[in-house]
Amino acid sequence: MLSEIPQLLINGIMAGAILAVPAIGLTAIYAVLRFPNFSLASHATIGAFAGYVANTQLGFSVVPALFCAFLVAGLVGLLSDEFVLKPFRSAGFITTAIGSIALTIALENVVRFIFGNSLNGYDLPMQRDWRFGDLRIGPQQVENLAISVVVMAVVFAFLSFTRTGKAMRAVADNPSLADIKGIDAARIARIVSFAGMGLAGVGGMLIGLDTSIDPLTGFRAMLSVFAAAVVGGLGSIPGAVVGALTVGIGEELSLLFLSPSYRSVIGFLAILLVLILRPRGILGQRAY
Amino acid sequence: MENYLIAMGVSAGIYALMALGLNVIWGMAGLVNLGLVGFFAVGAYTSALLTTKLGLPILLGVVAGAGMGALVGVLVALITARLRGDYLAIVTLGFAEALRVIASNEVWLTNGTDGISGIPGPFRADLGPVGFNLFFLILVAALVTAVFFAFERLSYSPFGRVLRAIRDDDQVAAVAGKWVIAYKVQAFAIGCAALGLAGALYGHYTSYIAPEIFVPLLTLYIKLSLLAGGVGNNRGAVIGAVLVVAFLESTRFIIPLLPGLSAVQGAALREIIVSGALIVLLRFRTQGLVPEAHSHPLIPRQPGAAAKESPTHA
Repeated sequence: MLSEIPQLLINGIMAGAILAVPAIGLTAIYAVLRFPNFSLASHATIGAFAGYVANTQLGFSVVPALFCAFLVAGLVGLLSDEFVLKPFRSAGFITTAIGSIALTIALENVVRFIFGNSLNGYDLPMQRDWRFGDLRIGPQQVENLAISVVVMAVVFAFLSFTRTGKAMRAVADNPSLADIKGIDAARIARIVSFAGMGLAGVGGMLIGLDTSIDPLTGFRAMLSVFAAAVVGGLGSIPGAVVGALTVGIGEELSLLFLSPSYRSVIGFLAILLVLILRPRGILGQRAY
Repeated sequence: MENYLIAMGVSAGIYALMALGLNVIWGMAGLVNLGLVGFFAVGAYTSALLTTKLGLPILLGVVAGAGMGALVGVLVALITARLRGDYLAIVTLGFAEALRVIASNEVWLTNGTDGISGIPGPFRADLGPVGFNLFFLILVAALVTAVFFAFERLSYSPFGRVLRAIRDDDQVAAVAGKWVIAYKVQAFAIGCAALGLAGALYGHYTSYIAPEIFVPLLTLYIKLSLLAGGVGNNRGAVIGAVLVVAFLESTRFIIPLLPGLSAVQGAALREIIVSGALIVLLRFRTQGLVPEAHSHPLIPRQPGAAAKESPTHA
């Protein structure tokens, strides 16, 4: 049993890296707009299906298909925030959060309406797992890990070095001060909705690459993504990465004594544990 | 047709019980609970398991279901008592999801995704299908009435006033010497007892429960009920539940009129319509049909005070 631990750790890091992508999207949206956006789930699903169409119908390979996932999910995120969620914001974050649940159910059913309930698999070349002694690593997993790391690097570079990225951090940090400095908060909100939901879409497709996708793909992953963001500290982007790795590894290690279907329960327990012990999360602000 | 209407009535009654429960938690105390369906499931499973596996009488099962709902409510409230609302939203939603995963996997207890069938209904065999439905409708109506008057009483009692004070500003309530956390926990307990009761009744009425029934959409239906009727208002909760069931059922008739849709597409379209309706309602009618009553039923509220007091604006 103990001999499985190294394998589980490797799987956990890979799963965590994938989880970090939508978790960054979620936490970035939270940082700027200050509400838990549950419609992340359906945007992940939309991304997964956009990538699926690009991959199986248009014959794109993984990376270009991921770009499609980003663009389509981002665009839907931008439009749905502009026309559905934005009007709620003045009514408070709870109304907005409830609205985002209704939105996610609506969007999920749009996907179901178009694609049906059946499982769909990506068209990927069959590859044999690499073996290192007792350890098995799938080439696709390594590719996913590499993609996630690149995505994270791009996000960090964007936030650190570009004017828009800095403006985004300013709005997240202190909206009124950012406003005084002439930063257009509405524009930043649109960019963060687009990029955040685009990342959710990429995350949805990365999750789907390992297995298969259906209209509930995003919803099943949602608890883990929220766990990653909360464990790391809602609103903190480095926190989302740390949280995602923690949750990813925790979920894999739980396989030692629980069945795989309990993955999302582990995510929930992680949320509870962190909120009891350190409500602000590992790298975040106060939660009460 | 009568039987169908009676069944709709029973659904409306069960939704009304849940909306009344939510009204205590959200409407009166202003606490977020996006995991309503979890407490509903706790009640349903508790009562179903006690009556099918241990053969306890239905009445005992239903009481235990409500009690278990309250107990779990207390637990969730204690864990989350100090959290900000947005975290409470995540935790309660996650709680309901985690519970559904557990119910799907602990096959030894819950029979997994197959669900529990053959849950006994009161006098089901003696009354025949139509008689049973009618009897259950009367039973549910009586319970809704009882809970309604109890919660009305609660709402105008000093306890209800403290809850509303906490909702509007919990620091002021604390300064006034109220033990805020204790009140929040009690509000959760009372509300979740109503949710558990509704769940238990649901199981005994339909004789079958399964994890797939307890989806977040059901939570939304109840939010929709309370929003349609008016948050903070018990009468609104009941009226809203009736309206929501009527609306949900009417979509059932509209969908077959559209040609060329598969069963999955029809179901998907129905959920799109329902969630779309919630979005529209949330957007344009946060006050609901029956706005929250003033602290006294006979003294009219001042104009303009409504918007300030609605918890959706908190």
